[in-house]
Amino acid sequence: MALLEVNNLSISFGGLRAVGDFNLKIEKGELYGLIGPNGAGKTTVFNLLTGVYKPDEGIIKLDGQDITRKNTIEINHAGIARTFQNIRLFKQLSVIDNVKVGLSERIKYSLFESIFHVGSYKAKEKEMEEEALRLLKVFDLDGEKDILASNLPYGKQRKLEIARAMATDPKLLLLDEPAAGMNPNETKELMETIALVRREFDMTILLIEHDMKLVSGICEKLTVLNFGRVLCQGETKEVLADPEVIKAYIGD
Amino acid sequence: MSKTKRDNLITYGIVILAFIIFQVLSATGNLSSHMKGLLVPMTYYAVIAVALNLCVGILGELSIGHCGFMCIGAFTSAFFSKVTEEVLPTAPRFIIAFIIGIAFAALFGFLIGIPVLRLKGDYLAIVTLAFGEIIKNVINAFYVGVDSHGLHFSMKNAMELNMEEDGQVIINGAMGITGTPHDSNFAIGIAVLLISLFVVLNLINSRDGRAIMAVRDNYIAAEASGINVTRYKMMAFTISAAIAGAAGVLFSHNITTLTASSQYFGYNASIMILVYVVLGGIGNIRGSVIAACILYLLPELLRGLNTYRMLIYSIVLIVMMIVNWSPKVIEWRKRTFGNLLKKSGKEMA
Repeated sequence: MALLEVNNLSISFGGLRAVGDFNLKIEKGELYGLIGPNGAGKTTVFNLLTGVYKPDEGIIKLDGQDITRKNTIEINHAGIARTFQNIRLFKQLSVIDNVKVGLSERIKYSLFESIFHVGSYKAKEKEMEEEALRLLKVFDLDGEKDILASNLPYGKQRKLEIARAMATDPKLLLLDEPAAGMNPNETKELMETIALVRREFDMTILLIEHDMKLVSGICEKLTVLNFGRVLCQGETKEVLADPEVIKAYIGD
Repeated sequence: MSKTKRDNLITYGIVILAFIIFQVLSATGNLSSHMKGLLVPMTYYAVIAVALNLCVGILGELSIGHCGFMCIGAFTSAFFSKVTEEVLPTAPRFIIAFIIGIAFAALFGFLIGIPVLRLKGDYLAIVTLAFGEIIKNVINAFYVGVDSHGLHFSMKNAMELNMEEDGQVIINGAMGITGTPHDSNFAIGIAVLLISLFVVLNLINSRDGRAIMAVRDNYIAAEASGINVTRYKMMAFTISAAIAGAAGVLFSHNITTLTASSQYFGYNASIMILVYVVLGGIGNIRGSVIAACILYLLPELLRGLNTYRMLIYSIVLIVMMIVNWSPKVIEWRKRTFGNLLKKSGKEMA
């Protein structure tokens, strides 16, 4: 059974059909790319998968569980974590606290224990600290753990966003244009980070990307969207050689 | 010891030190009776500044109706104390009065929070302002009396209560509650301030506090991280209202005639507290305590200067703003005081 199964997903805004009859199947452990020209509906698909929009039709199944009508919070708890095209960190919190927020739905204690620092507070906080440090170490951010997230350089902010998403212990990680605004060096480092996430956490990843080099370098399978419809789907090499795809991207 | 822990201890230390200094001054007869009368108000304004900073600085929602919650705490607790004045001894009565004042303020914080927290920014501020005024005006039209048959309510006038001869009017509309026992004193005020600080500082440094700040910084990312945004907004707003209620209890047990007047509970008063919070530093709990104390005492101490009082007050506001917010001054402060701290640290070692 596939980890993520999307059947006939559709949504319209007014008269515009932003996404129609969208199908997707991602097996566990795959690195899947979702590409397409500007305005093709890629981010809309992400927003449908994470419950920001509710689809008009179609079914989304994660690990056999129907998550179609759930809200963002429930979908995160079900096992989908995401990053954003324009980085969204908790800017006034330290690097390690950003990760701890990601952990806070996994390592819980009551409000009473929060206010009076009694009961399991100490033990749980210690567990959280260790877990957060372990994650930061993987992403090579442990040296900057106490500085404010807004003071990190751009590339590291992206890394921290991924680390925070990983802290929620997802089954599937969605990356929305992770290379947006990056220079070639940062993009290269990002590719390494993504490879690292797969290796360390055995993670299934779906990513939206414009950067063809990044896509062809790391994705195993691709889906190409154009005008809200699937243009082509399959192994990366075959898809990129498809004349329809070349036409959509480069023109006739 | 971690840095946050040390910072928190410094905050408690400052409060305790201020308490000792004022106690010594008072015991040696160096404090005028006018000044002594300012001590309790100083503590409750510090308490409500802490409460408002939780709402404005930590949760990031601008509320300018916090005096409304203080008003609820004041009236519910004063009502209780007045009714049970002859029945209960002072200590348990005052403790129960606190519980009642805090509980009612929290309840109203929760109820008002349900519609208000759906709004953002300016709109939220306007609606909190409106609720603060509504609370004040409703209490002004409230008549409650007690006789052998129990409680009587009216929204018209005291005669409409239809009480027996022995009936006693407790809340007399715009004339408020008269003769609440004077249970508040400086030591209790300081204790309440310390407890409020303890609650807020502990909360900030916990799982729930981080979630609240995450909601403030980016609620979309917070939701995507599985944080229930509504829950944490309600939590912070309710706790903030509860602490404001505690300030109200101190207030009502320090005053002979408690009225829901604009002077104490109107939007001007709410904005004055917002000034304490902004000048003390938004999100800086210790700063709001210090700012509340200085800015409350200052105009009172300047009463002798009469005409120039508000002029000097506004200059102080501007100076404090510069000291707290100008990047250059902050840098200078860090350099100077940072060195001092390092030096004293070395000497100790």
